[in-house]
Amino acid sequence: MTISQPQSRDFRETGDANQIAGQHMTYGEAIRRALREEMLNDPRVFLMGEDIGIYGGAFGVTKGLLEEFGEERVRDTPISEQVIAGCAIGAALSGMRPVAEFQFSDFMTLAMDQIVNQGAKLRFMFGGKAQVPVVFRAPLGSGAGLAAQHSQSLEAWFAHVPGLKVVLPSTPADAYGLLRAAIHEPNIVIFLEHKALYSQQGMVPVRAYETPLGKAAVMREGKHLTIIALSIMAQRALAVAERLAQEGVEAEVIDPRTLRPLDEETIVASARKTGRVLIVHEAVLTGGFGGEIAARIAASEAFYYLDAPIMRLGGAEIPIPYQMELEKRATPREEDIFRAAHLLLQQKPA
Amino acid sequence: MSEQLSGLPLSRLLSMLRAMYRIRAFEEKVDELFMRGEMHGTTHLSIGQEGTAVGAISTLRNDDFITSTHRGHGHCIAKGADIALMMAELLGKETGYCRGRGGSMHIADVETGNLGANGIVAGGMPIATGVALSMKMQRSDRICLCIFGDGAANEGAFHESINLAAVWDLPVVFLCENNQYGMSMATRRAMRNETVAQRAAGYGIPGERVDGNNVLAVYAAVSVAVQRARDGQGPSLIESLTYRYKGHAKSDQNLYRTRDEIREWQKRDPIQYFVNLLIAGGKLDQAGAKQEEAAAYAAVEEAYQFALGSADPDPETLLEGVYA
Repeated sequence: MTISQPQSRDFRETGDANQIAGQHMTYGEAIRRALREEMLNDPRVFLMGEDIGIYGGAFGVTKGLLEEFGEERVRDTPISEQVIAGCAIGAALSGMRPVAEFQFSDFMTLAMDQIVNQGAKLRFMFGGKAQVPVVFRAPLGSGAGLAAQHSQSLEAWFAHVPGLKVVLPSTPADAYGLLRAAIHEPNIVIFLEHKALYSQQGMVPVRAYETPLGKAAVMREGKHLTIIALSIMAQRALAVAERLAQEGVEAEVIDPRTLRPLDEETIVASARKTGRVLIVHEAVLTGGFGGEIAARIAASEAFYYLDAPIMRLGGAEIPIPYQMELEKRATPREEDIFRAAHLLLQQKPA
Repeated sequence: MSEQLSGLPLSRLLSMLRAMYRIRAFEEKVDELFMRGEMHGTTHLSIGQEGTAVGAISTLRNDDFITSTHRGHGHCIAKGADIALMMAELLGKETGYCRGRGGSMHIADVETGNLGANGIVAGGMPIATGVALSMKMQRSDRICLCIFGDGAANEGAFHESINLAAVWDLPVVFLCENNQYGMSMATRRAMRNETVAQRAAGYGIPGERVDGNNVLAVYAAVSVAVQRARDGQGPSLIESLTYRYKGHAKSDQNLYRTRDEIREWQKRDPIQYFVNLLIAGGKLDQAGAKQEEAAAYAAVEEAYQFALGSADPDPETLLEGVYA
């Protein structure tokens, strides 16, 4: 896995001068900071999940929080995904604000009844008379050599369900700001962290802030094409944009950050501006969220401004393989995005 | 028999009887409305199981919680739900508990601690566990009564929920309302154990089976479990053996059991049993029982009229209520 991360971009989208006072931290540390600050602010916030206490979480995200907040609020659970989900939902229904961690997002498939049939629908089924303020955190994605059952990107599954909100941060600054917003949400938020990003450094503003859900980040402005990229692909798209810039091509890079609700306005405006759209995600293309983004653009006024068919780049239609080279080739690499961008730029308007 | 009654004040005994009559009357009305095509979708009737719902829920305080099942009308009524709002919900009215969005399988009243019927077998069990955790963390002495059926006892959620509640000593009472069939699947064909209650040993918690058609036996057993939960000693598993007279849902032809079996259980009707007990104990006479019964049917008729007179949801509000 090669990821080049332009450090300076993390706080560009806000344009807020106060945020310039930042500190470098990793994506994992930014998540921990958000958890810690929310726990300090609100006694109703607590954490539960497998090995999040003494162990500090499989990816070390909750390290130190047990020592600071104690067993009551940093709860190690048995390996029981269904009750982790349901327990968080029940606690939320009755006044708490749980943040539950799934060790891998793949394991959320064991909790789908609670997430999809229960949590997502309770408020609606009860005539709008209940609130379910839960955050389900989980690592997704490939790149760690963990093969087919620990590497999936199933964000589209969750985005398909009314009642859920779905968030995928791609930078430390967004991981922090979006998680704070997610914990303040009165609804279930599926917060999907890319496991290959946990150790990535980035600038995070020192002051406390929230990054609103439902607002895309224009990570780089450009006029020749738009690359809309989810999660880690936003980082790869930025690196590709740097390379394209050396050729005089100005690529606009958009990270939707939230899939549900989706910031259609920002996406459509960019498509209209550049006329060429490349959508990139790690999930397989069939049923992938890129299809939804493409459809929204095609059904919008931006359609009349397109100079080429919308292009999608996604994971190969296979489970994630183990062997390192096979694993890399199973999802879009930088060079794949670079090549796709060139193909898109070569297309002539009809 | 009469010593069973001695511990409870007459007012409590009568309110239990009233709730049982009310459940029976409500569900008979629902059955009739389905037959006549006035209600759509489906419904699951608990006629014959009133002793379990009332016996168990009468042990609770008003501010305690319940989670219920797809066969949950009785639980709602025992928890004090307004049958007019329930009937309105079943008829899909805006005045219903869920504004007509939930129907029979999702009636809930979060404010009174009724966290809802549930269309998924065992679906309420993890949620009940979470409510109990919430109460424990809030240092509250409110508890959650988690009601589920024999079918739920073979779901993974049963295992995960009871185990977690046990290791965390959560204030929840797991009540298995064993009506002996998961739709058409007889409990004896679905598990090797003699009783669901035996499984409590596997979680290191108390387990007990009671006669679910004896409302006072249910009351006694659940009272102990509720007190235990309230005192911070953790969960219990109570199995209440009962029987549903009606089919699983409206499409049921009862192919999996005999008329004789149904008739045998009807001889042990929980309401009749309780009435006999009250009369034998000198707490009530035949005329008094008839009066209570008639009052229940009259109240249900009134609820039906309220529902009939209520407006349907405004189609303009279709999208409301998904997100807070």
